[in-house]
Amino acid sequence: MMIHFTLNGAPAAHPEGGTLLQALRGEFALNGPRFGCGAEACGACHVLLEGRSVPSCALPVAAVAGRPVVTLEGLGTRANPHPLQTALLAEQAGQCGFCLSGIIVTAAAFLRDNPAPDAEALRVALDGHLCRCGSHNRILRAIMKAAGEMRA
Amino acid sequence: MNLAFGGPAADDKPRLPGSLHMNRRLDTWLTFHADGRVSIHPGKVELGQGILTALAQIAAEELDVALERILVAPSITGISPNEAVTSGSLSIQESGMALRHACADARALCLSVVAQASGVALEDLRVEKGVFLGPEGPLGSYAGFAERDLLDAEASPDARPKPAAARRVTGLSAPRLDLPAKIFGEARFIHDLRFAGMRHARMIRPPGPGAGLLEAPPEALRDGDVLAVIAPTEAEAERLAERASRAARWSEGMALPTDWPAWLATAPGEESVVAGQGEAVPATQSIKRRFFRPFIAHGSVGTCCAIAAFDGTTMRVWSHTQGPYNLRADLALALGLKPGNIVIEHVEGAGCYGHNGADDVALDAAICARLSPGAPVRVLWSRAEELAQAPQSPAMLVEIEAGLDAAKNLAGWRVHARSNGHSGRPGRMAVPVLLAAPLLPGGVPIPPAINPPLAGGGGAQRNMVPMYRLPALSATMTRLTDMPIRSSALRGLGALIHVWAIESVIEELAGLAGEDGVAFRLRHCDDERAAHVLREAARMAGWGRALPENEGLGIAVARYKNTGAWCAVAAHIRAEERVRCLALHIACDMGEVINPDGAMNQLEGGAIHGVSVALHEAARNDASRLISDSWEAYPVLRFRDVPRVTVMLIQRPEAPPLGAGEASMAPTIAAIAGGIHQALGIRPDRLPFTPANLIR
Repeated sequence: MMIHFTLNGAPAAHPEGGTLLQALRGEFALNGPRFGCGAEACGACHVLLEGRSVPSCALPVAAVAGRPVVTLEGLGTRANPHPLQTALLAEQAGQCGFCLSGIIVTAAAFLRDNPAPDAEALRVALDGHLCRCGSHNRILRAIMKAAGEMRA
Repeated sequence: MNLAFGGPAADDKPRLPGSLHMNRRLDTWLTFHADGRVSIHPGKVELGQGILTALAQIAAEELDVALERILVAPSITGISPNEAVTSGSLSIQESGMALRHACADARALCLSVVAQASGVALEDLRVEKGVFLGPEGPLGSYAGFAERDLLDAEASPDARPKPAAARRVTGLSAPRLDLPAKIFGEARFIHDLRFAGMRHARMIRPPGPGAGLLEAPPEALRDGDVLAVIAPTEAEAERLAERASRAARWSEGMALPTDWPAWLATAPGEESVVAGQGEAVPATQSIKRRFFRPFIAHGSVGTCCAIAAFDGTTMRVWSHTQGPYNLRADLALALGLKPGNIVIEHVEGAGCYGHNGADDVALDAAICARLSPGAPVRVLWSRAEELAQAPQSPAMLVEIEAGLDAAKNLAGWRVHARSNGHSGRPGRMAVPVLLAAPLLPGGVPIPPAINPPLAGGGGAQRNMVPMYRLPALSATMTRLTDMPIRSSALRGLGALIHVWAIESVIEELAGLAGEDGVAFRLRHCDDERAAHVLREAARMAGWGRALPENEGLGIAVARYKNTGAWCAVAAHIRAEERVRCLALHIACDMGEVINPDGAMNQLEGGAIHGVSVALHEAARNDASRLISDSWEAYPVLRFRDVPRVTVMLIQRPEAPPLGAGEASMAPTIAAIAGGIHQALGIRPDRLPFTPANLIR
């Protein structure tokens, strides 16, 4: 059975079976959502599902039938970057960069609900995202900066 | 050749800087293109540390080409210079200094040709944005040398890179070249490579080290006792892998120790002298302390991945290895192929902090490609493989006996360390050391890891020798020759325990002397650059200020490897139900700094890694295997617990550059231990500093 859903604003269809992450990285050849653990424990694979940031690595693709999915690619591009992407680059907030896609996705959802965020609340919101290179403080600064830009 | 391992090569060739000495041809290092761009071909690789950006800055500087016109070519065996391994915080010294010299030489060669052709005197020529300028105007550009064989020559020892005062591109914080692609989800990681017809494989592992195959499952392809499943999609490969893992039957493996301090104290090994000097003066007060650290995992956020394609003759492998040529050597041994029939192309992986599974998964992929020739085969490790199959940084036991004389000066220092070797990297042994190699037909067990000599940075003995003035020193180590858990290099190697152990004993002795820890260190420190960073970190942290009773400030200083960057860290901790690190203050002197923002990013990252190791990390095993194979079972530092960090660079543009990636990690662990002592009155002697280990 084909599963129909919306991917980054466009209609998409994928055969039932496998996880959403496998579909996004396989059939749809997206790079943003990344495999880190397969157990919803590291944050690397997060996407927006109906606007909520969720892990995609254990979610059956059938679970997104009829629902909108947005990945990093749907948030911004080089030509038209999301304020979070602009801010992360401005702060050079990354080392290997592997964790950033999931973090951007979660931060986008968080800032939509918390346009004037408290720094501690932001840390809590990102607590499910692992960064092993130690770029956390730069990432936090960049997100707070993006929040300011988005309010302006 | 491998400076990271064996120290400088001894030959009678004119000395050239860094890796240029062993890779002397200019066209090995750079290529001029007809559009005016210039490619550089470093043999060092991007691990998330930003090295490509720094190397591009160095080339742009010496050539006087705009930074955005410098392309950095991927490292490919047979084409790129052999710079051995990207490790030991040596890439600026080895690759950067090679490129600096090669580019200065290339620029001089071009200018001499332009001078000859134009009749303009050499001293009247300059280069701006890649264009040669004489008094009358432009005289061509590097593009004009694209089709010429000017760089088909050995570098001259006489090339003169720019003096520090003339540099305009290095010393500035150029933004990372690789970051935009990663932030916009473009294909940049090895995980993003997609080839037509590419198949997906998963490995079926034995339940523990030493287990042998009794019955292969029908789903699996088999090469000796190596089992793999291969499918057109990842989803299908994972379904097959799950079935095959359940069906495969294995014999009992070897029994693993579970009491590691006891095992470390008694396991067989080879004892050696690391350093020794002087006669101990009689000590009026002395202490003897023992420190333990567990095995720790690399725990990259992305799992290891490789792609391989075999056409019956040539094995082509895409890998995030730290050492493409070293990997090639081991693949040749494991697969019975000639090195010339193997091509390794580097593609970036997730952050790499040492010898993780990148090389292992490359053999996995090559085995799969041979089982399924033709289309490329991609192997992606699971989280469990990443945490429990990759080499671990070995557990260690360190014992220090030290004392004070009647005048409260350090009287002598005796230290002994016991552990497995810290280097089990490929390309250095007569047999392959890759995970799957022993299971191949005719495979032999992986030999115990070794320790590079101190001149090459050392392994278990790295930073074992205190930098304080000592009338007498005896430093010895025992490299254990049983290796129940495969051990190899992780950021800092032996320094992680030694700096902590040294600084802990020093503080205790300062206490016995009735002296402040910083003052005591300064009184025994003859190294002005070490003293400088220590004073700066103390100042930044407000050393000596009053803190609430459950808080503490600790400080530590070390020169990484005793030959690298000087770094001092002050840690402000709070002891609640567990210890939290609230803030870190880091002062570092790494000589010339190529990219200050990149260096600060590395220092902060290394320090945060240190906090994670200090407070959270320990690999755990049962009697047959590592069981810390998930993020639940191997907790690491998370956003909520990340300390505030301030970093100060003491820049010395005239001094040789030193690496940034590892300098801050060990002093951070040591500083946290000091903070714990101030807050709780306990001197931690067992990592990680969890409540269970602190009250032990």
